[in-house]
Amino acid sequence: MKKLLKRTIVATAIAAVSMTMATTAAQAEETFTIVSWGGAYTKSQQRAYHEPYTAKTGTKFLHEDKSGTALAGIRSQVEANNVTWDLVDILEGDAMIACDEGLVEEINYDEILAAAPDGTPASKDFLGGLNGCFIPQIYYATLFAFNDEIFTGEKPSTIADVFDLKKFPGKRALEKTPAGNLEWALMADGVAPNDIYDALSTEEGVARAFKKLDTIKDSVIWWEAGAQPPQLLSDKEVSIASGYNGRFFGAQVNEKQPFTIIWDGQLAEIDGWVVPKGKLTTAMKAYIKFATDTQRLADQSKYISYGPARKSSAAFVDKHADTGIDMKPHMPTSPTNFTNPVIKNAEWWANNKDDMSERFNAWLAK
Amino acid sequence: MANTYSKVGEMTTNDGVPLKVSLRRSQRKLKLWAFLLVAPLLVFILVSFIIPVVNMTMRGIENPQVANIMPNVVAALENWEGTELPDETVYAALVTDLTMGRKNKNIGKVATRLNYERSGMRRVITGSARKAAKLKEGPYKTQMIEINKAWGDVAVWSLIKRESGTFTSSYLISSVDRKTNDAGEIVAKIEDKQIYVNLFGKTLMMSFSITIICIVLAFPIAYLLATLPLAKSNLLMILVLLPFWTSLLVRTTTWIVLLQSQGVINDLLVWMNIIDEDGRLQMIYNQTGTIIAMTHILLPFMVLPLYSVMKTIPPTYMRAALSLGANPVTAFIKVYIPMTVSGIGAGSLLVFILSIGYYITPALVGGQSGLLISNMIAYHMQNSLNWGLAGALGFILLVIVLLFYALFNKVIGIDKMKMG
Repeated sequence: MKKLLKRTIVATAIAAVSMTMATTAAQAEETFTIVSWGGAYTKSQQRAYHEPYTAKTGTKFLHEDKSGTALAGIRSQVEANNVTWDLVDILEGDAMIACDEGLVEEINYDEILAAAPDGTPASKDFLGGLNGCFIPQIYYATLFAFNDEIFTGEKPSTIADVFDLKKFPGKRALEKTPAGNLEWALMADGVAPNDIYDALSTEEGVARAFKKLDTIKDSVIWWEAGAQPPQLLSDKEVSIASGYNGRFFGAQVNEKQPFTIIWDGQLAEIDGWVVPKGKLTTAMKAYIKFATDTQRLADQSKYISYGPARKSSAAFVDKHADTGIDMKPHMPTSPTNFTNPVIKNAEWWANNKDDMSERFNAWLAK
Repeated sequence: MANTYSKVGEMTTNDGVPLKVSLRRSQRKLKLWAFLLVAPLLVFILVSFIIPVVNMTMRGIENPQVANIMPNVVAALENWEGTELPDETVYAALVTDLTMGRKNKNIGKVATRLNYERSGMRRVITGSARKAAKLKEGPYKTQMIEINKAWGDVAVWSLIKRESGTFTSSYLISSVDRKTNDAGEIVAKIEDKQIYVNLFGKTLMMSFSITIICIVLAFPIAYLLATLPLAKSNLLMILVLLPFWTSLLVRTTTWIVLLQSQGVINDLLVWMNIIDEDGRLQMIYNQTGTIIAMTHILLPFMVLPLYSVMKTIPPTYMRAALSLGANPVTAFIKVYIPMTVSGIGAGSLLVFILSIGYYITPALVGGQSGLLISNMIAYHMQNSLNWGLAGALGFILLVIVLLFYALFNKVIGIDKMKMG
């Protein structure tokens, strides 16, 4: 098959028949290396985007689970002038930095992304995050969940409860990063979600957040990979854990774990794609147009409980592909869940991440 | 030319070439051969070790961003006194550079660089670049200050001037918990941000403890290995080597299974009623966990050099000491131990230097308190992307290791060392 393909290409090249034929041959051999977060998330993208596209065009997809350090990867590849990644799943804040540093391609949204079924241009259909280079895909939430078997009486339901070790004893699992933890600390201390970033912009606000974190520091197990929190919860190593809502959903549904999600104070954030420098080819544009259209974004929610980043996709959110559960109540963006969210301010974090991380690491090491 | 003396006193070969020259020729050939034989290794070490180390160290002092991307500002600031706001020419240069930087899409590099030194500079630079491109004509000074009041701050200009060189000391300063203040003096960072000096100290302390524990544990094993009959010592040797051949990750995760609070050891203790359910011991994800797991992993590096030294000590020495009247303890301390010093030295150096740069085990079982400086370097490489700081920290670590090596050489002598 490969031999045949090669011969075809060689033949086309030698004969130099026509431009169109050459592109068809090239397209037939197209292989994209896609970087993502691994686990259930990569699988959901595979089933919603990659497999249908392979069936349609024959394009092959290779996967690398490197999104955790995607910015470092893109930067080193671009600096070494050897870019091997074609499409990279990344958080909004990191996408901004990559965009400012010229590491990724700028996207002309209305040209590259498909319009909504009713004709609304893409730039008006997305819920946010269209800041130059970033192609939003999903809204996801970092939030708390607990193991029902641990709290038999009253159950925690607010961020303040998470920080209340007397009422709800047991260890907490938190992500080893200042983002999220500082916001929740202030929220538990009584700051309204809308005022959090104003407070964090002052020295007193930051000190207040760390002081609140001090109250639970000795009971915290810090996690770094998204797969850890559900594991820690089911092992009962911790009683309450922060984690990605899709991961908790996966454990609830696929592994029948007795977890309950605390939607209060969910840290909502956009995740999406960037195209590393030099990789915005015609073939890539065609793929992006396909994978980010209204139906496809809605399809991903059949496999994982993350909200599609397009307004028009909401109506197409359907049942879970494997269990038949209605996905709408499990979306972080569904009205019953989106009551008291903290919208993560990606720009604030792009500006203050270095400073906050430094303090956070020093605080941890103390 | 059959005679071997062409001139008086000078030896030649049969074909009349002076012997000296001939010898030099053949030796040159030998040397070339020897060089060719080691050349693959030399090239390998050069490419995979020396060049990356030098490159990484250079990252700790290189500072190309401001100098390359804002050349006009750097030139205009050259004669600036630094006491009051610069004049219009500097602001005009700023507008030119920001506009160019935005067009070439590399202004973000300056933003990232300056943000390390002063929080919020990312927004100042990228925001101003966006707006500066729209400015039509001067005077730019008031307009720029209007766009962002940071441009009316002398400290911001001092920062840009300070970081305008192609090399900088700021990463090195920052890796010893210091910073340059607005007045240009090097001062300690506020206490909430001090981290590296303590971490270096902790890394040294933990490496030291691990080395000591390894000596204590390895000495009896090595002694047994060296003195037991062959059949038994072979079996024992396999027991020492088996973990050595097992994957590092397997050994580390095994410790997690054993030590975690719902793990085997805690379960056993609870079952035996030594501790109750609430009193489960925290033995992992902290310093204890790191020390236990690393001691286990590094133990063979102590056992093997000790064994190879002990193997060469004739048992007659101890017998002689005993028959001359020393009691067993004295004989052991005064006769046996001094003969093992080179083994202890070699083992300690190996274990100490390996543990000082250890990365994966503390990352997995160290939790927060058990992290070492190498984990911080990895953090700056992969997460914060402050490669300059990672380079500077790595350089300091390298200097510390070399210092210990020199100290070791002075005290024990590297030529006496036996690696097993």
